[in-house]
Order: sequence, then structure tokens, then C-alpha cells
Amino acid sequence: MSNPQQLRYSKEHEWLSAVEDGVATIGITEHAANALGDVVYVQLPAVGDTVTAGETCGELESTKSVSDLYSPVTGEVTEANQDVVDDPSLVNSAPFEGGWLFKVRVTEEPADLLSADEYTEFSGN
Amino acid sequence: MSTAPRLTALDALHRSLGATMTDFAGWDMPLRYASERDEHNAVRTKAGLFDLSHMGEITVTGPAAAGFLNFALVGNIGTVAVGRARYTMICAEDGGILDDLIVYRLGETEYMVVANAGNAQIVLDALTARVEGFDAEVRDDRDSYALLAVQGPESPAILASVTDADLDGLKYYAGLPGTVAGVPALIARTGYTGEDGFELFVAPVHAERLWKALTEAGASRGLIPCGLSCRDTLRLEAGMPLYGHELTTELTPFDAGLGRVVKFEKEGDFVGRKALEAAAERAESAPPRKLVGLVAEGRRVPRAGFSVVSGGEVVGEVTSGAPSPTLGKPIAMAYVDAAHATPGTEGVAVDIRGAHEPYEVVALPFYKRQK
Repeated sequence: MSNPQQLRYSKEHEWLSAVEDGVATIGITEHAANALGDVVYVQLPAVGDTVTAGETCGELESTKSVSDLYSPVTGEVTEANQDVVDDPSLVNSAPFEGGWLFKVRVTEEPADLLSADEYTEFSGN
Repeated sequence: MSTAPRLTALDALHRSLGATMTDFAGWDMPLRYASERDEHNAVRTKAGLFDLSHMGEITVTGPAAAGFLNFALVGNIGTVAVGRARYTMICAEDGGILDDLIVYRLGETEYMVVANAGNAQIVLDALTARVEGFDAEVRDDRDSYALLAVQGPESPAILASVTDADLDGLKYYAGLPGTVAGVPALIARTGYTGEDGFELFVAPVHAERLWKALTEAGASRGLIPCGLSCRDTLRLEAGMPLYGHELTTELTPFDAGLGRVVKFEKEGDFVGRKALEAAAERAESAPPRKLVGLVAEGRRVPRAGFSVVSGGEVVGEVTSGAPSPTLGKPIAMAYVDAAHATPGTEGVAVDIRGAHEPYEVVALPFYKRQK
């Protein structure tokens, strides 16, 4: 598995795209998706919600467990991925692409986001 | 005492297959190899191969073996014919369930008791204590066997391609010694998936050879390796209880809706008889909570320990819950007050982290295979 170089990563195993026009796309990493197993239910923040870096903003449920979803940045949600709500298996099959979760107009980002190489070392793969 | 997990004879093989491992009852076991949903569906439609070597085998031999097991267990083991098996339980003096078991009669005076991994020591200790005064011997054979299971509709054809044993003559809950892929095995037609299938008890030294032969024989028939995660959803759909969830020392077999395994008509006394007679009467006159099935209307998954609610009151507790691959919705087993336990009861919900999600009360099992 390889973590795309153009993304940045949180220690809660979220990824963050490059910020374009103030907006970044957020998802969970392949490492996280594999650890969860088959995702069966995704609860995302609503458009207009304010999310805070490092705080929970939704949940991901798999066969065996439920996990909190954390936002890697602070800002306002501009879009939630309805495709992944309708078909949560996208989180497993395409975590860095079609399985993205939500978009945020970033007002603040923490200083400790990781590069792809740093995240690879942190997560072990 | 060391807390390092125990490894099965197939440990290296699981790792080479990329299995996600999990600690289960002190054993490091495969949770899943890839997608647990794919593994579940393979067992329902084709076949799956499991390593169940964590299960605890205890051998009972001697002229009084049958009489001893009749005393120590709640079932009528004396009526089990050679080559057959019986689902039964071992209870404490107060009627509480210590474990659910399968007992195989291997010979006139030889039985194999298969206990859950987490209870194997408890069962061994109880049998060892209870055998006193009987002309029988209890032997710990946990390290003598690896256990592989082939489950699913394609399993008879797959197994038939690697054994000359008479599988057609081997009925459900029967077991016979034979040779599979050149390896001596006890071949049993048992399982925990709700599908036709086999469990193969072999010497650990032969486990890898058998696993590889079955993998090869099953490849063209859709057999894939399967982990404990799908085993749990398979048994849940089939309405089969799991010790520690639906069965505990706090419950008697009657509380669990499994009073039929208790055979009062058998000869002689048995451990727990008096308490179980009272429990049977209680279940008849004033039924306690009943074990029911719950099917979600939404998509959030109930988990063990979540409250079942109705009209704002707690009326029960979930014992097992998971997304059901076959039904396509979350399902659960739960103990629910008798007033809310009838299938179709209106207004029942599960408290999922504060939200009362509506659930339909249904009869168990959720899934029954077409024969």
C-alpha cells in the first residue's frame, strides 16, 4: 500500500488534500480502512457544520467496531460525500479517491500534519 | 504466568496469506484475510476454510465414560451412538452454564468433548473434579489436535476430492475416522455457520499439509480462507449462541431458550439437576427475558451490551450484533422482557450511543439454509 505523496496526514489516520481556493478534501487512509475492515455505515458532518482539528465529527462503523471520525483541520464543511454514505464500501475500495468523506473551508490547520513519508513511518505502512 | 498469545500450527501460513490477526481467548487467530463480507458470502454460496485450532479437545475414556458424562453434563450422552455427536452443555451446581459443548462418541468407551477456547480450562477442571468415583479417565488433548473446518454448500464436493471416506453416509452431527489428503483425521459433519460443512481434527504436524490440500482442491469451487470475523456473522445469522454473549454462568439453558438440551429423563443424578428443575418450572410459569432476534430499520449497528428500549424504558439488552451480509441490514440477538419479545412487537428500539434506533423483533434464526 502506498500513501499518495501530494496528501498530508493526521495521526488519527485521516488524509487531507492540497488546499484549493481555501477548500481541502478529507478522507481516511488505506491503513485505517484496512484496520477497520468492511465499513458498513458512515456518519459525516453536515454541510455548514464547523469542525475542529483533532475533534470528532462523525463515525465509521465496520463489521466488528465503530470508530470516531476526526477532522484533521478546523473550518466549515462545504460538502459531504453522499456516494460514500450510500455505499460505505467505497472507504475500503478507494480510500484515497471515491471514498473521500467531506470537504472543509480551512480556517486553521495544526502544525503537526505529516507528510506521506512521515505517515508511512508512523503507521508502519 | 506468560500472557503471550498461543499460536496455532497454521500461524506462519496465516501470516503469509496476509491475515489480520486478533487475540481470541488467549490465542492469536485470523480475524480476516481480506474482506470479511466476501468471506461470509463465500461460505453462504460456495465454501470457506477456517483454522479453529483454538477449540479445546478433552478425551474421556473408560468403562464408565458414558455414565460419567451423563453425570457431568446436562445431556443424555449414553444415547449417543458410536460415530455420532451431540450438542450439549456443562452447568454448575446452581444451573449456570459453564460452557456449551459438542461431544463426539469415538468408540464404545471413548468420547471427545470439544469446549470453547475461553472455557476449555474450566471444562477440563470441572470434568476432572466430577470424574472422581467413576471408572473413567479425563485427558487434556488440547495440544493433540489442530482443527480445520470446511464450510459451505461446495464443501462436500471439495472434501470428497481429497478423501475416500464415505461422506454421503456421514450425517449431520456424525463423525468418523478417515484419511484426508493422506493425513489421518477425525471427519465430523458439524459446524457453526448454518451451512453444510465439515470439521477435521488432525495432528498439528499435519495441519499445514491438510490446509494446502484443501485450498488446492477448493480453488476451482470458490473456496477461500475465512477468519473469525465472518464466523461470528455466520453464526449470528444462523441464530447460534456464543458463549460469553448469549450464554453465561448467570444464565441456565432454560433462560437461554435452550432447555431442550437438558435431559431430566436420563438415568441417575447429574450436576445441576435440582437447580435446573426449578429453572425449567420458572421458565414455564414466569418466563424471564427471552432471547429474540432484532432486525434494523436503519443502518447503525447494535453491539453487545447496548440497551433495548421501548417507550423510554429499558426492556432488554443486546448480546450480539453485526451488519448481516445476507440480509443487508444490521441484526442482533438480545434478551428482552417477555412483554416485548413477541415477533412483530411495536415500538422496540436499540439505544445506539444515545439515539433510539427502531428495530423489528423477529424469531430466530435470521437465516436458514435451503436443503
